[in-house]
Amino acid sequence: MSQTGSNPGTPADPAHSAPAHTAPPARALPGHGEAHRHVLVAIVLNKPGVLNRVASLMRARNFNIETLAVSHTDQPEVSRMTLTLRGDDVAVEQAAKQLYRLIDVLKVQDVTSDPTVEHEIALIKVRADERNRGEVLTIADMYKAKVVDLAAESLIVEATGSEAEVDALIALLRGFGIKELVRSGTVVMSRGTGSIEEAVKR
Amino acid sequence: MGTRDDGPDRTATRINHMPGAGTERADAISAGRHEMLTDTLRKQIKSLAERGLKRPRIGADAVCEALLAQGVDLFFGFPGGVLLPLYDVLGDYPELRHILVRHEQGASHAADGYARASGRVGVCLGTSGPGATNLVTGIGNAMLDSVPMVAITGNVVSSLLGKDAFQEIDITGITLPCTKHNYLVNNPNDIPRVFAEAFHIAATGRPGPVHIDITKDALMGACTAEHPTTVDLPGFKPNFEGNYRQVKLAAQEIARAERPVILAGHGVLIADATEELREFAEKTQIPIAHTLLGVSAIDETHPLSLGWVGMHGWKHVNRAIQSADLLIALGMRFDDRVTGHVPTFAPYARIIHVDIDPAEIGKNVAVEIPIVGDVKRVLTALLPLVPAVEPESRAAYLTELAEWRVESEKTPWHGSGAWRNGQLSADFVVCKIGEATNHDATIVADVGQNQMWAARYAGFRRPNSHISSGGLGTMGFGLPAAMGAAMGRPDKETWAIVGDGGLQMTVQELMTLVQDHIPVKIALLDNHKLGMIRQWQELIYAGNYHSSHLLGPDWLKLADAYGVAGFRASKPEEVDAAIAAARAVDGPALVHFMIAEEQNVFPMMPAGKGLSDLLEEQFEEPKQ
Repeated sequence: MSQTGSNPGTPADPAHSAPAHTAPPARALPGHGEAHRHVLVAIVLNKPGVLNRVASLMRARNFNIETLAVSHTDQPEVSRMTLTLRGDDVAVEQAAKQLYRLIDVLKVQDVTSDPTVEHEIALIKVRADERNRGEVLTIADMYKAKVVDLAAESLIVEATGSEAEVDALIALLRGFGIKELVRSGTVVMSRGTGSIEEAVKR
Repeated sequence: MGTRDDGPDRTATRINHMPGAGTERADAISAGRHEMLTDTLRKQIKSLAERGLKRPRIGADAVCEALLAQGVDLFFGFPGGVLLPLYDVLGDYPELRHILVRHEQGASHAADGYARASGRVGVCLGTSGPGATNLVTGIGNAMLDSVPMVAITGNVVSSLLGKDAFQEIDITGITLPCTKHNYLVNNPNDIPRVFAEAFHIAATGRPGPVHIDITKDALMGACTAEHPTTVDLPGFKPNFEGNYRQVKLAAQEIARAERPVILAGHGVLIADATEELREFAEKTQIPIAHTLLGVSAIDETHPLSLGWVGMHGWKHVNRAIQSADLLIALGMRFDDRVTGHVPTFAPYARIIHVDIDPAEIGKNVAVEIPIVGDVKRVLTALLPLVPAVEPESRAAYLTELAEWRVESEKTPWHGSGAWRNGQLSADFVVCKIGEATNHDATIVADVGQNQMWAARYAGFRRPNSHISSGGLGTMGFGLPAAMGAAMGRPDKETWAIVGDGGLQMTVQELMTLVQDHIPVKIALLDNHKLGMIRQWQELIYAGNYHSSHLLGPDWLKLADAYGVAGFRASKPEEVDAAIAAARAVDGPALVHFMIAEEQNVFPMMPAGKGLSDLLEEQFEEPKQ
């Protein structure tokens, strides 16, 4: 005997008991929607082991962190984490709720659709000698990146900007040969006078 | 009973869940717990000088004082090298009873059983290294079932931390994902604060286990810190009151539903909301289904009690869910054993979901009306908003459910006590235990077929009289948890219903029962099988019975060796006498029920299928 939403009329669903509401044919499974990039900000207590708690939770709940940046804030007892991860809205909301269950986490906010300033810093060591150095410098200049170190056969470009801007610069520089690349991970701050940390000021 | 709503100063963050407890002693301790973290109780802790002792106060003293300050009267533990400073001072605190278990897993399960039966925080103790890792199974079990527990472990002196010292293991790293919170304490002056926080976290909001790891030097070092009167946990603020707009929306849904069903979970028992649940159901004339851990949330003889839902629940309950137009889910989390295949779960129903943990909302099943809050408070807020419904206006619906019920209760039941070929039927045995104890005993199940039979057939009338390892499904849980339950509710008879597989995992605790004279009665349903494994192998793995047959000892000889009174029943007509004999023993007793070897639990929802796809017992008598 099988009864699903699309197959009513079995003995378990007597005809005389018409439901008051029309139900969807199949109940949606949370977390199976279209995945896209989300940015979460977590305000946490500045205690040993908090990063481990956050990382362990994300691993145990099967969420994949793409970037993670942790730093102090203006309050010495409070740290701030910026996480980016991919998933559908429900899955990321679940990740945020699970984070909030941690005793050391004071606040979690998904700022993906908020107006924010979003930046990361990247250091890119590019192969460049006297023949193509000018070309590299031009590209770096167009992306408002700085050259912070210069050697005979390479130079280091320091780029800041959103993840997408840094991605674009890296894609262009890849043609010259990238010897080494490091990215800080995204940090964000909401625009305007509002403060994510305001609610947790002690 | 819970007195938590009186007193003007009880702010939301100070509420602790305390279901009713019965004895005078339990009530006194409950009153003590009620005043936890208040000056009154703190001043009652006798100092070392008041105890007539001249030695300096050390961390271990702070541990004992903190336990007393939290209203702990007993705890379960096993000593070890790094815990010796604590065991050295325990004798100075005769108010604290220490039960010496035979294995640390027994300690954590016993603390779990104690907590569930009494509604207070259970406490267990183990040494560093293996002692700590042995506790982990019980801690995980408490985590999955939201049981308030404080697990204490010792660790090596802090100068040796991270040096792979003898019996050193990163136990806070191990318990991190299976506790609500954990602490590593290496300063004796942190002990009072950490204990106050740990008990607060364990018992407040959605309960859970908290682990405190204390280094040996912190136990031995001088401690001058006072026990705090408040806790400062800015990141821990559970929401108790449901959002009023959501509650009003829920009331509107309830008013227009024609086939509503309440799904009561463990949260109803944890929140001490059984009275509110009954009132709400009676006013709205909505039948109450319950989950495995929701068993005993409603008196099963109540006319609106429908029964147990899910994989081995009653067919009529699953049918009711599948035909419902509204589910009112209270303090439950839509576990896969409840929903089966989610896309086919309750296809016609809109869902109101009340849970104190916001992360449970929309985790497994998308719901229409989420309400984050304490079930008791939400029901109290909801009650005046819902219209009173006359039984007559739901007559057609309730009559239909009753008809389904008659049919469903008839089919898998072996009322004669005999399964095929006259072998003893397990459902009959469990039913007889329920009857003999007048449905008032605390019944603790192990895991597997015995657990399913216990939940289906024992019959439960009193809140918290059913204790079962739900989320983690821990074999070996039954005996030690019954030990704790018997200590938590000494006024009630306690029966452990266990299988021969599970009992062999923690059988050593029989000795603890004897040494501490804990009067647990053990009903061993012995089919010489890992019964649930065998059942799946029969029904799903084409009869490939690998590793599901197991030998057991001569159980009566074993019981005798431990000094436990043993009885045996292998025929239906011997069951009553065996139960009576065990009940007559002043102390622990074991009844060896030799049940049919190949009896299955029906109906059964195969994994991955839906609530409408139940396998049922085939009634063909095998050829003689």
